[in-house]
Amino acid sequence: MEGLDPRAFVLGCSAIGAGLAMIAGIGPGIGQGFAAGKGAEAVGRQPEARGTITSTMLLGCAVAESTGIYGLVVAMILLFANPLVGKIAG
Amino acid sequence: MGLHLLEVKSLVGHLIGWNTNPSSDLDVESRIIEKLHIGGIEVWISETVVNTWIIMAALILIALIFRIKMKNYKYKPEGSQNVIELIIESMDSFVKSAMSEKYAYFGNWFFGVFALILVSNLSGLLGFRPPTADLCTTAAITLTTFVLIHFMGIWTGKGSYFKGYLEPIPVLLPINIISELATPISLSFRLFGNILGGMIIMGMVYMALGNLPSILKIFNIGVPSALHLYFDVFAGCIQTVIFVMLSMTFIKDKIAD
Repeated sequence: MEGLDPRAFVLGCSAIGAGLAMIAGIGPGIGQGFAAGKGAEAVGRQPEARGTITSTMLLGCAVAESTGIYGLVVAMILLFANPLVGKIAG
Repeated sequence: MGLHLLEVKSLVGHLIGWNTNPSSDLDVESRIIEKLHIGGIEVWISETVVNTWIIMAALILIALIFRIKMKNYKYKPEGSQNVIELIIESMDSFVKSAMSEKYAYFGNWFFGVFALILVSNLSGLLGFRPPTADLCTTAAITLTTFVLIHFMGIWTGKGSYFKGYLEPIPVLLPINIISELATPISLSFRLFGNILGGMIIMGMVYMALGNLPSILKIFNIGVPSALHLYFDVFAGCIQTVIFVMLSMTFIKDKIAD
């Protein structure tokens, strides 16, 4: 590892890590799509309960979304507020 | 274990808007406008703080105008009274459906929260940096929800509130406490992450549009407004409703009756 700038190495690995953290987006994507599909099904079955179904679905979607948001926050920390760069000696 | 104070400061500083590393091209952290020294403590006035003050001033001004106008309101509504009654009534029914008739008085508090978050989210349209794209703002609003959750729990439940932590079996006490602490974290991070994510995507779109070759400059006309419609208007409104609805649901869950 001679001649390798440790800072560049850490920054590059952090960028890869940020990309990997965004894989967390798959989960909420599937979950919200599932919730929206079920919501559409429920509205089709009971069109008069549309308001309640929509608000319940939005609430569920928002809760399902938090894991994706955690991934986003981790990616943001790695990209813009990297705590690992400070660990490099010298 | 190995986290030094400096790194924690840098991490927290970036999240809440202190400019400790001005190297990124994209303007993610809010700029420091002024540094005040009050009694030996350094107080940093960031863009977020100033924008929040502007929004607060606008909201207070609107409230005062309608408070003065309210003197002339009659039993039969006309003009601005229609709008105000529509807003208040829909907020009332929203609170009543999420909590219950008995706790409708929470509408007074949550209407203020709703207006502040909504105007903050939409302020990105006017070129402001949305104050809610800063963990400081969302954490502060969530802290009030956290206090309300546990105040209402203790006030209505008395002993059964504390007993609730030992259920279903006392061994789960630490897990129950952690799940209570996770509530404000997930609430604040959801709003913060959504608005910050939208802001970053819009910033990247503007950076990309600025570097377009002259033939493709036609894209500058409609693309940003369509994206603003989604990221600022749609996501902003939905996240406001979600934040208020989840706050009310969490408070309702803790109320014992």
